[in-house]
Amino acid sequence: MVEWVQEIVDKFKFVFLEKDRWLLIAEGLKVTLLVTFLALLLGLVIGMLVAIVRTSHDQMKKDNVRGVARIFLGIMNGICKVYLTVIRGTPVMVQLLLMYFVILVSAESEITVAVMTFGINSGAYVAEIFRSGIMSIDKGQMEAGRSLGLSYVTTMTKVILPQAIKNVLPALVNEIITLLKETSICGAIGLSELTRGAENIQSATYEALFPLLMVALIYLVIVMMFTALMSKIERRLRESDLR
Amino acid sequence: MIYVNNLSKSFGDHLVLNNVSEHIAPGEKVVIIGPSGSGKSTFLRCLNLLEQPTSGEITFEGQLITDKKADINKIRQQMGMVFQHFNLFPHLTILDNIIMAPVHLKLMTKAQAKEEAMRLLEIVGLTEKANAYPGQLSGGQKQRIAIVRSLALKPKVMLFDEPTSALDPEMVGEVLEVMKGLAKDGMTMVVVTHEMGFAREVADRVLFMDEGIIYEQGTPEQIFSSPVNERTQKFLRAVL
Repeated sequence: MVEWVQEIVDKFKFVFLEKDRWLLIAEGLKVTLLVTFLALLLGLVIGMLVAIVRTSHDQMKKDNVRGVARIFLGIMNGICKVYLTVIRGTPVMVQLLLMYFVILVSAESEITVAVMTFGINSGAYVAEIFRSGIMSIDKGQMEAGRSLGLSYVTTMTKVILPQAIKNVLPALVNEIITLLKETSICGAIGLSELTRGAENIQSATYEALFPLLMVALIYLVIVMMFTALMSKIERRLRESDLR
Repeated sequence: MIYVNNLSKSFGDHLVLNNVSEHIAPGEKVVIIGPSGSGKSTFLRCLNLLEQPTSGEITFEGQLITDKKADINKIRQQMGMVFQHFNLFPHLTILDNIIMAPVHLKLMTKAQAKEEAMRLLEIVGLTEKANAYPGQLSGGQKQRIAIVRSLALKPKVMLFDEPTSALDPEMVGEVLEVMKGLAKDGMTMVVVTHEMGFAREVADRVLFMDEGIIYEQGTPEQIFSSPVNERTQKFLRAVL
């Protein structure tokens, strides 16, 4: 029995502590978190803009508004639709490789490539999440805001979006979790992120189980902490819903 | 105050307003009655361009608001609107619901707006709800807040779109009381309602609409006691 435990401890020491190999994991974790965070920011911005263009355009179409604004929005809406189709219709791995080897071939760092790829990719999914949120708000809210003399943009940002975001928070959390885990493919462009750290340890030690188990655990813990944080925020946002 | 000229509105092939012309004088209280689908709500919603008229002209205070160049946001600040379903902003407290527009539109400082909001809340007897959320209020309370929210902009005219239709019967009275108070203070009001008692008591003029046309109009006396038009008679027989 003792022998068995000792063996595990020894292996653990050999895999992680010898030659400070745990640093590969620590450094990888830093990169993973950085890429996820920056890609998330980019994705949220893109997603919000695309969602607003799409809903505004549909609203204008419904209201039968004519003029320059409608034409401009029509073009923007077309671009957004193509963006959504292409991004959601192709694997993120292919997008990553295209970015790395073709589009951003002159980029200085792999981190830039990863952030751009995942930001643009995530933006497409976030856009549809936000759009469903905006559509979930009763049209009376927009009418009330407009009838008070507030502009479309003001009503959108002050009245519709705060409620919409609250409604889509669970879906958004989903997307963020997916994003975090998807960054694990960045090893394909030579980025030393968390999963790549495990692979590097594996090739140095010929031990697969320990490093892979370790990174799996790290992903799991991050997701659990993040989920707990978000449900706290959600609860706070729901306070005004008390009836 | 408001001139409506040959106003028509269609949704697709469906003609909802058929060449309506009307004038609402300052201080006048006009009540619009008629069966559902008669176009009375659409008429009201055209007055502040929540519905874009298909054709026709609307002038407010000498300004042609159906003109493309008219600043509709500026005009709407002077036309309060109260909806059937209140449409309070559920994510904001009552006070924030009321002060949001005047503060954001820079018509008042935050302090001024709060003071004005509390004054108005006092009038409708809801000062203690200032920091509550709409979800914590009854329907009647919500509607009184919605009226206050519109009044905070000091509008020149108030439009009411079936303000009591979504309320439980016991809450209709408290909302009508507020509206009667407004009427007494001389507010110009256009009210779409099924409350015939209110129409009889408050209206200077009652319009009967059906099929997108104003079939008959007159004092409450004329309309309710001796309607001339056959449709009006039929409608009133059904509701009274």
